[in-house]
Amino acid sequence: MDFKLKIWRQEQSSEKGKMTSYSVKDISPDMSFLEMLDQLNENLTLSGQSPVSFDSDCREGICGQCGLFINGRAHGPNAHTSTCQLHMRSFKDGDTIYIEPFRAAAFPIKKDLKIDRSALDKIIISGGFISVNTGQAPEANQTLISSDSVEAAFDAAACIGCGACVASCKNSSASLFTAAKISHLAQLPQGKIEHKSRTNQMVRKMDELGFGSCSNTGACEVECPQGISISHIAFMNKSYFK
Amino acid sequence: MYFSTDEKQIPKSKVPSGELKDKWSNFKNQAKLISPNNRKNYNVIIVGTGLSGASAAASLAELGYNVSVFCFQDSPRRAHSVAAQGGVNAMKNYKNDGDSIYRMFYDTLKGGDFRAREANVYRLAECSAHLIDQAVAQGVPFAREYSGYLSNRSFGGVQVSRTFYARGQTGQQLLLGAYQALMRQVKAKKIKSYTRHEMLDLVLINGVAKGIIARNLDTGEITRHTANAVVLATGGFGKIYYLSTLAMGCNGSAIWRAHKKGAWVASPSWTQIHPTCLPQSGSYQSKLTLMSESLRNDGRIWVPLSKNENRKAADIPEEDRDYYLERRYPSFGNLAPRDIASRAAKERVDAGHGVGTLKNAVYLDFKDAIEKQGKEAIAKKYGNLFDMYQKITGINAYNEPMKISPAAHFSMGGLWVDYELSTNIPGLFAIGEANFADHGANRLGANSLLQACVDGYYILPQTLPHYLAQSGKPDPINSDDPAFIESELKVKKQLEEFGEINGHKTVDYFHRELGKILYDKCGLSRSEKGLTTAIEAIKNLRKSFYTDLKIPKKIDGINEELEKAGRVADYLEIAELMCIDALSREESCGAHFRTEHQTNDGEAIRDDKAFNFISCWQKSDHGPVLIKETLDFEFTTPTERSYK
Ligand SMILES: Cc1cc2nc3c(=O)[nH]c(=O)nc-3n(C[C@H](O)[C@H](O)[C@H](O)COP(=O)(O)OP(=O)(O)OC[C@H]3O[C@@H](n4cnc5c(N)ncnc54)[C@H](O)[C@@H]3O)c2cc1C
Ligand code: SF4
Ligand code: FES
Repeated sequence: MDFKLKIWRQEQSSEKGKMTSYSVKDISPDMSFLEMLDQLNENLTLSGQSPVSFDSDCREGICGQCGLFINGRAHGPNAHTSTCQLHMRSFKDGDTIYIEPFRAAAFPIKKDLKIDRSALDKIIISGGFISVNTGQAPEANQTLISSDSVEAAFDAAACIGCGACVASCKNSSASLFTAAKISHLAQLPQGKIEHKSRTNQMVRKMDELGFGSCSNTGACEVECPQGISISHIAFMNKSYFK
Repeated sequence: MYFSTDEKQIPKSKVPSGELKDKWSNFKNQAKLISPNNRKNYNVIIVGTGLSGASAAASLAELGYNVSVFCFQDSPRRAHSVAAQGGVNAMKNYKNDGDSIYRMFYDTLKGGDFRAREANVYRLAECSAHLIDQAVAQGVPFAREYSGYLSNRSFGGVQVSRTFYARGQTGQQLLLGAYQALMRQVKAKKIKSYTRHEMLDLVLINGVAKGIIARNLDTGEITRHTANAVVLATGGFGKIYYLSTLAMGCNGSAIWRAHKKGAWVASPSWTQIHPTCLPQSGSYQSKLTLMSESLRNDGRIWVPLSKNENRKAADIPEEDRDYYLERRYPSFGNLAPRDIASRAAKERVDAGHGVGTLKNAVYLDFKDAIEKQGKEAIAKKYGNLFDMYQKITGINAYNEPMKISPAAHFSMGGLWVDYELSTNIPGLFAIGEANFADHGANRLGANSLLQACVDGYYILPQTLPHYLAQSGKPDPINSDDPAFIESELKVKKQLEEFGEINGHKTVDYFHRELGKILYDKCGLSRSEKGLTTAIEAIKNLRKSFYTDLKIPKKIDGINEELEKAGRVADYLEIAELMCIDALSREESCGAHFRTEHQTNDGEAIRDDKAFNFISCWQKSDHGPVLIKETLDFEFTTPTERSYK
């Protein structure tokens, strides 16, 4: 397969960026999207041009390090798929593909498609944990937890911290990310005690970091590779305003 | 000769005296302590924020030490522990199926083919139960029965159910627990987190570890960091095989640069090649994805009996299928340990029975399980793995069998450490997959998340303070010490040199070539002839790397090719030592299978008389020096490792 690529190139945060055209040839449909970019980069490097900077690490959809805006959608055309899990068989031979970074005021661009997502860590630092010191826990089966609660907690805990929810929100809100953590911990008995203070701290931090507020468009849920539900946002808001 | 042997140096294992079950308590009872008020006067550097690094950092910070943590990803939460799927072992005996600390200890020791220290392995089993308590308290959503009790499953190489799991994302959930504990200490200002920083050198002052040199991967800035102790928690280096289940950035650089400063590397060639991964589909491929071993609980592995089979899997009747694991290992069947399962697959593929377009895979079939338990039950257990399979291959595994093949996965080898997790350099510790310790020559599934957590939550927080207490008052360390300046200059010079080569090949080219050599000659089976050819091939490849590499020149700011060049330069050296290590060990044990040492039906022959030791490699100007830590089996008798 052959493709035309239009890729966002930007030398560093302080400089202006622009879309640049490239073409790639003889791409196998079984190649992953990032392997297609690897091939482009090998060719650019060998011809003395600067390769395109993009992020990835695990390449199996779990670390949350990858994340590209492909043809106007965070992580590309497929639902519940991170960029690294996207394969070229999802495109048509001859397609023109637009590749941009995740954009949000709270995610400054570092270079080309690489962004700074440290704001998400800051939200966790503000209170996204259970305050238990290591080594002092009681026997695990002492507190029984229903299978349903654990599964519900897991649904929220599955967030990989990729930031696609922020990038696909017209307000650049981090509500889905924040609510997922609040909801994960609140579903479990050991996380309930700090629930109120945790929610207050995390929501305030999110606002302070320049993320927008949620206007319930549901765009985040659609693009979230882990299928995190926006019902968590309703839960977070209810807890916050209670 | 590719190496020399130093019989005079005897590594000190520092195993405490006493009965096996008392050793860890004996250590703790006698360990020196630092009073709470004084702890703030000590700085500790931890390189790595995976399960081992994050858990150690949180624990030491809670005790009151000042900790700096480093990782190359943009957040500590992305360390590759996040990718572990199947589960974590712990001795809780919730199933009442005969499990005990001793049995877990023995399973692990036997699984490692009696090539690990008894006392270390026992301690791992002993601390395992508490880890589950700890993780649950942090909010890890382990699977539960309908009654609300914790659920278990079994993993390869054991006959009890002691594996705890959180769907197919156990590593992610455990890591998030440790990461959140870490972030809590960042908030408390006890931890400073340096993300996007790569350690490029270890700094010693008077032979004692006192800090590191790191590069900020965003700005290119080279910085000096001082500490009273340095901990390497940098994970495995299986990515040396290029195609592996590891992440793109996983590397051996931190431990290798420590090795160049004098730290011993133990058994670097012992690599676990995991049996259930997705097969390679083309030369462009950048990694191989693991399908969790838990799938072997319900999936049956087979290949067609006939070499020239053209029918689809579903059309091949039972009598034309070879369930080779069930045939060769009737008592463990599809749950045979990894090394055995991988080798058996390679044997069938090499004999021409492989399936798939490249004929490099075997089937993993859920037809019987779906018939017996229903699709829903299978989806509940493995749904996300089936989804993942479909995303990558486009195939629905509820309807046809998965195709799997072996891939490089876990480094049993790593920095040699004593019972206190200290390397032979005072002040330098190694934890998690970066060390060689508990797994011997083969790691049992679900034991390494455990080891990473136990090292970080329970052992290092006892042993590192013991070291600090013994080394007297914390002396102020000057980052302008000549040792730091010299290290920094060396690091900068190397980075500049990569850019100046200006040849014709990319870093990935060299990495791919190296991977091919290693898979072929230092992978599932090894021979003297193969290994000596490999050593020459690696030397040539290394030569050509330094004359024909091409990367963008820039050293300030982001330059991924430069990052990779440093890692591959180290891999090209580690690979040679791996081959020498494999060559020196003229026996087959665990994952290390020397074709010269096998029975007529292809089972490994271990040689306890000649090779009952851990190989520790020391760097010298005249090539690697082998130092032997003899293994003392005080409480068990090494037996033949049979899973028939
Ligand atoms: C796909 C996969 C599935 C697995 N499944 C299981 C399982 O089900 N059960 C089980 O028990 N085990 C499993 N394992 C093994 C287990 O996950 C690992 O052994 C374990 O998580 C390693 O943890 P760690 O803390 O040692 O290292 P890692 O989690 O790999 O962390 C390494 C850290 O070091 C940092 N680092 C590395 N080099 C440098 C450097 N030069 N400078 C700065 N920072 C550096 C990285 O940024 C990272 O933070 C699996 C492994 C893989 C690859
Ligand atoms: S909620 Fe979904 S989209 Fe947002 S960070 Fe988490 S995984 Fe990514
Ligand atoms: S690279 Fe890890 S989620 Fe994509």
